[in-house]
Amino acid sequence: MNENVIISAKDVEVKFRVRDKYLTAIRNVSLDLYEGETFAIVGESGSGKSVFTKTFTGMLESNGKISNGSVMFHGKDLTKLKTDKDWEGIRGAKISTIFQDPMTSLNPIRTIGFQITEVIEKHQKISKAEAKKQAIEMMERVGIPDAANRFDEYPFQYSGGMRQRIVIAIALSCHPEILICDEPTTALDVTIQAQIIDLIRSLQKELGFTTLYITHDLGVVANVADRVGVMYGGQIIEYGNVDEIFFDPQHPYTWALLSSLPQIGEKGKDLFYITGTPPSLFNEIKGDAFAPRNEHALNIDFEQEPPFFKVSDTHYAKTWLLDPRAPKVEKPEAIRDLHEKIQKMTEKGGAFYVE
Amino acid sequence: MSNEDREVILSIKHVDVTFHTGHKKKVEAVKNANFDIYKGETFALVGESGSGKTTLGRAIMRINPCSAGEILFEGKRISGKISRAEDRNVVRNIQMIFQDPAASLNERATIDYCVSEGLYNFHLYKNEQDRVEKVDKALKDVGLLPEHKSRYPHEFSGGQRQRVGIARAMIMDPRFIVADEPISALDVSIRAQVLNLMNKLKAEKNLTYLFIAHDLSVVRFIADRIAVIHHGEIVEIAESETLFEYPIHPYTIALLSTVPMPDPIVEKNRKHIVYDPSKLDQSGEKREMRELRPGHFVYCTSKEFAEYEEKISKMEQERNG
Repeated sequence: MNENVIISAKDVEVKFRVRDKYLTAIRNVSLDLYEGETFAIVGESGSGKSVFTKTFTGMLESNGKISNGSVMFHGKDLTKLKTDKDWEGIRGAKISTIFQDPMTSLNPIRTIGFQITEVIEKHQKISKAEAKKQAIEMMERVGIPDAANRFDEYPFQYSGGMRQRIVIAIALSCHPEILICDEPTTALDVTIQAQIIDLIRSLQKELGFTTLYITHDLGVVANVADRVGVMYGGQIIEYGNVDEIFFDPQHPYTWALLSSLPQIGEKGKDLFYITGTPPSLFNEIKGDAFAPRNEHALNIDFEQEPPFFKVSDTHYAKTWLLDPRAPKVEKPEAIRDLHEKIQKMTEKGGAFYVE
Repeated sequence: MSNEDREVILSIKHVDVTFHTGHKKKVEAVKNANFDIYKGETFALVGESGSGKTTLGRAIMRINPCSAGEILFEGKRISGKISRAEDRNVVRNIQMIFQDPAASLNERATIDYCVSEGLYNFHLYKNEQDRVEKVDKALKDVGLLPEHKSRYPHEFSGGQRQRVGIARAMIMDPRFIVADEPISALDVSIRAQVLNLMNKLKAEKNLTYLFIAHDLSVVRFIADRIAVIHHGEIVEIAESETLFEYPIHPYTIALLSTVPMPDPIVEKNRKHIVYDPSKLDQSGEKREMRELRPGHFVYCTSKEFAEYEEKISKMEQERNG
């Protein structure tokens, strides 16, 4: 993998003003993305995963602002950009986003062709005919059969999976360097989900962009990611290579997320679940945000925020359990030897084996 | 337990549900569904969106009328025209849990009202004190507190709201519950809570569930028997273990291959199978439900049946040595 950092977020803090109160959605998050890699951010709703990536494209809602930190991209600090004019040439051109629901991201009263060419014409100064040629090429690339004839159809004439393919075509029509996929398959059927994931992967191989996935589905993460960051309460609490996160997780929240998957649940037994609710972001969070829901919480977790401890060169976790003074806590039974367990399930005779 | 000795609670007999979408145009949402649900089991109906799984659930609830066939509940017909008294009986005994708790609760009513609405409609309480006791008990059963009663739905988290939806169904003391994607709109960490709660209530109250879902990994965990539905046709029915061990219909296999596994090594080497109906027998012979093994039904032609028979025998030989 290429070791060039393409975008670098440092100590990003995002606040929203809601009914005269301030809510801190992102608390000092730093993240470097390497050229050509696929990074996945996982977390529950409200953990801040979408908000964080919106700082890369300046798409925060109007009541939100980046109150601290920087996002460096090609020597430019993206947090300093204010107007739409400043963002021209970056948003949609160098950094594109695919959203969750293809029906709401497409304009229902414009043809598919118009919506793709619109983007191409805006960002590249070329003729209408040339733009149409490029658009049809892009449609073929994302797997729309009979693209030339379907160019003049409207979104309602497309199925959900096809619509998401169009959204991908629009996002990629200007050959972006970074593609942000915000829950791209959540609104789609399982069978279609696999196709869209495969499509994004093959396009990435072909066009060489960097992908940032946002998802709550650890199964999807296992499939797509090179590296993973786990978010909770507005912070990345653990990050590392995908194998490290799945087979050697260190943060109790990562343990809990993995343990609550129904794929590894045993029938007739209760499934593991996380008690309580995520922290309110209106209040100042003291110590480790996950501590009140964490059965392994130490006293210090309620007092002082843990720093990132190094597990390996690529793997870091923000938990006091990694401090040399901490008591030794083993990860839960359900996720020990995860690979062996899943291997068994997908082998001949296993529950998820298919020929 | 062999299926013959078990008590049938709900029987779906050759049911079609057809929607008329304009002059001489129609959509057959459910075609010839035919199966029994036994008392005390969790029966799962799995399929992608548009497969007709919700429509069938709603046909049982008498929301969508059946255009052919009939549905029997405890031996009595509940589809088509029935007397008002029987209709009320159905409403009381068959309750539904919906997908999105935010959309299915009245946002302007307190939890107290939301939960007791059924009691009001059916006068199922002796006096005010009795009603309060019943509501408190229903809330406690689902892990909420009586002091939550004066709150409004928006004051709750997603998981708590789904608990309110469950309490609202349970207070009627139903015998049968149609749960339509009850955990799809919930967060990963909360899904487990709701699944556990449903299992607990089932054991305590001797309930029967029809669990409608699109996700086979959830269904494996909760269901006793599974029916796979595709384009309005039920293609395979089997005991949960059997379906996962010996999936036979190509659509079931395709669905199984797309369940994402939380393991990067395994997941990156899995191949996703795309269902291709053109590979099925195209002779034009009418398909029907055929019993491949006791309790394991597949929707197929006689030629396909022979193929499946051969395939499953081979699988059995391999697995049993």
